[in-house]
Amino acid sequence: MPKAAQEAVVAVISRSLLWLSVLVSFTAYSATLPPDAVDILQHNYEGGGMKIDGPSILVRKSVGPQVSLTGHYYVDSVSAASVDVLARASAYEEERTEISGGVDYLHEKSILSLGYTNSSENDYEANTVYFSASQDFFGDLTSVSFAYAKGWDDVGTRGSTETDELKRQNYQLGVAQVISKSMLLGLDLEVITDEGKLENPYRRNRYIDPANSANFLYQQEVYPDTRTSTAFAVRSMYYLPYRASLKGEYRFFTDTWGIDAHTVDASYVHPLDNHWTLEAKTRFYTQGQADFYSDLFPFENSQTHLGRDKELSKFSDITFGFGINYELQQGVIPGIKRLQLSFLADYIKFDYDNFRDVTAEGSFLPGEEPLYSFSAWVTRSSLILEF
Amino acid sequence: MKLQLAKYLLMLSLSGFVLLGGSGCADIKPWVKPYERDKLADPIMSLSRHGFADTYIHHVYQARESARGAEGGTGGGCGCN
Repeated sequence: MPKAAQEAVVAVISRSLLWLSVLVSFTAYSATLPPDAVDILQHNYEGGGMKIDGPSILVRKSVGPQVSLTGHYYVDSVSAASVDVLARASAYEEERTEISGGVDYLHEKSILSLGYTNSSENDYEANTVYFSASQDFFGDLTSVSFAYAKGWDDVGTRGSTETDELKRQNYQLGVAQVISKSMLLGLDLEVITDEGKLENPYRRNRYIDPANSANFLYQQEVYPDTRTSTAFAVRSMYYLPYRASLKGEYRFFTDTWGIDAHTVDASYVHPLDNHWTLEAKTRFYTQGQADFYSDLFPFENSQTHLGRDKELSKFSDITFGFGINYELQQGVIPGIKRLQLSFLADYIKFDYDNFRDVTAEGSFLPGEEPLYSFSAWVTRSSLILEF
Repeated sequence: MKLQLAKYLLMLSLSGFVLLGGSGCADIKPWVKPYERDKLADPIMSLSRHGFADTYIHHVYQARESARGAEGGTGGGCGCN
């Protein structure tokens, strides 16, 4: 086992799912093409022994009144020394690069979008194509969108030339509704299916050593070959009696691995004047464990599927975030219709209910180690120029 | 069972999407007139004000939580073309 090989749940899940978020961003408009823009982001994540940062540059340019092209470049530079890494190996560094291209076509009150994304790193390659359509109804009070994406991933392992396949499909349906002069409502349904190599090739689960019950041994993770998940969210935005907005949302999630999850999110945006805006948010997430998860299995191969990823355990997290935003409108800078400069910071605290910290100092019997918890800071510095 | 229900809802919604697109819904009067949408058009009412920075934070959660999907971003704003 190469020592630089352990932190893959973060990597495997994130690299294969980022395209979903990109897809969402492309469907985020009603029947008006977005303006020509350059969107530059410097992101930073630090917590639980992980440091991830890098740039993102997205460029959008219209070609005539009906077509808009996008190109996107994104980098994750990872320095990993998490509890999963330190339990069995040494810290390591790696980089993931993602490149996307897309085209949006406006026809009357509809927008059709088509795009491709490639994500690449030394042991994982992901390719995704997507299609989406959105249409406005009822005097443009209702916007309905549908999206479909298909992904093909090659899952490798460092030190080996062999790869495993992973196929993904994504179905997304969204409705945005104007409720009143001051209120918006959004409904989103998303079904995702995966088929192929779903376990992390670097992670291991543990079981009690049959020769010494005060010890434990590691074995390979074994996940089901398929997973289907369904998420439904309702969100609403309200313009307060003074110039400020309040947003609330709830999401329910369930999948075929037995995981149910709930997310509640609330945020508040408060302009100070025509240029400066402050915002604050809080978010709470809780999930149950996967059917095949255990922090400590009783003996080797004790069941068909075996998983000890902490992301499959029962846990919750809470986020507190704040942001400051500076905006210039047309006429201030020649050639630029709008400038938006933002700094956003989020503090996230994770508390695990049945995942134990095997790196904790002290002498513990297997299964009696302290429960794991960690906190993280996420910062985003963003510059958006519209032309 | 939950999955079958979700797929049924998805197909039902898609059917409605196609039917609505065909009819044009010309008889329905908008209850919020275009000139009444100034508050909705305010940038502070956008569901995704920060561009890719909003997408990125979904990425942060997807990597550390099992839940995925329905992060939103659909719509927002005034719909005043």
